[in-house]
Amino acid sequence: METYILLAITCIFINNIVLTQYLGICPFMGTSKAMETAVGMSMAVLFVLVMAGSVTWMVEHWLLAPMGITFLRTIAFILIIASLVQFVEMFLKKSAPGLYAGLGIFLPLITTNCAVMGACLLAISAEYTFMETLVASTAYALGFGLALTLFAGIRERLFKVRVPGPFRDTAIGLVAAGVVSLSFFAFKGMG
Amino acid sequence: MPRPLHKEFLKGLWEEIPPFRLVLGLCPVLAVTMTVENGIGMGLATTFVLVCSNVLISILRNQIPPKVRIACYILVIATFVTIVDMLMQAFTYPLYQKLGIFIPLIVVNCVVLGRAEAFASKNSVLPSLADGLGIGIGFTLSLAALGALREAFGNGTLLGHSIFGPGYQPLTFLVEAPGAFIGLGILLGLMNLISQRR
Repeated sequence: METYILLAITCIFINNIVLTQYLGICPFMGTSKAMETAVGMSMAVLFVLVMAGSVTWMVEHWLLAPMGITFLRTIAFILIIASLVQFVEMFLKKSAPGLYAGLGIFLPLITTNCAVMGACLLAISAEYTFMETLVASTAYALGFGLALTLFAGIRERLFKVRVPGPFRDTAIGLVAAGVVSLSFFAFKGMG
Repeated sequence: MPRPLHKEFLKGLWEEIPPFRLVLGLCPVLAVTMTVENGIGMGLATTFVLVCSNVLISILRNQIPPKVRIACYILVIATFVTIVDMLMQAFTYPLYQKLGIFIPLIVVNCVVLGRAEAFASKNSVLPSLADGLGIGIGFTLSLAALGALREAFGNGTLLGHSIFGPGYQPLTFLVEAPGAFIGLGILLGLMNLISQRR
């Protein structure tokens, strides 16, 4: 149990997927302009990442590795993630229309969210067991949500301040993200 | 009226240079630009995928059913990413190790999918080739520029050679994650400034 808690803390704070692993930056910059979209995106990522993490683990260990075709990993994983997103979308539309309407366009966008694919690849290269993969994917998704909602709060305030013309919007957003990342950098001392 | 080929090529170098004009594909930009060498390596790998997938998708553009086109594009891109992955593992192993998971992640680089959807699916082979090459080289230049900024000030070297002499105190934070964000933000601001002046 202790190892799982440690693993979760490591994945959320020390190896935060956005701010120290540089994954999922596009949705991080793209959906952080308002708190509402940030929360929607975080939920969608949590949903898909946990499923993708466990399915890719099964495919890697029961299909690709025994047959010696691990070079097909990239193709296999992206197909799994794409079809999983499609499947989740159909499932939610039918059984949870409220949640579906809330997640809206964020679900299809997750296919090209490198945080999902990246977390799956990281879990494979770290040689996690199935339970560890499950914990790590959940923690990575929570870390993504934490970074995104924190940053959305900052960004909503950035709209109210006067920024020199050329730095408006994305440029100052990146600098602000750097400052947020600096605060997460401090967690490295814990590792 | 189709635009001349050199224009399709040149637009990738300034007008639509990723990731500054098209703010897409930021992850590899931030992750691998600790040094110029890594930046250029990543840029060239992406260029290869971009050119090949643009050409193949534009050849197949009338065969691909519109409803499943995104899945088809991803499959084409993933194939070329696998080829790059294996080629780099075979011939440039040290670079391959440094770039790590960001080589397979070219498959989810929005620049590549974006060009497939926005350009290659609507244009014939030669313009798509020019477009892929231009955007790819533009991407490589951006990565090299950010890599140069971070390597020079964060480490005091350029392509492994010391440039400021032994007395220089490097700003180590620039080679870490926070420096990547701030460096890219400053470059983006400067780009906007230059194009406003024009």
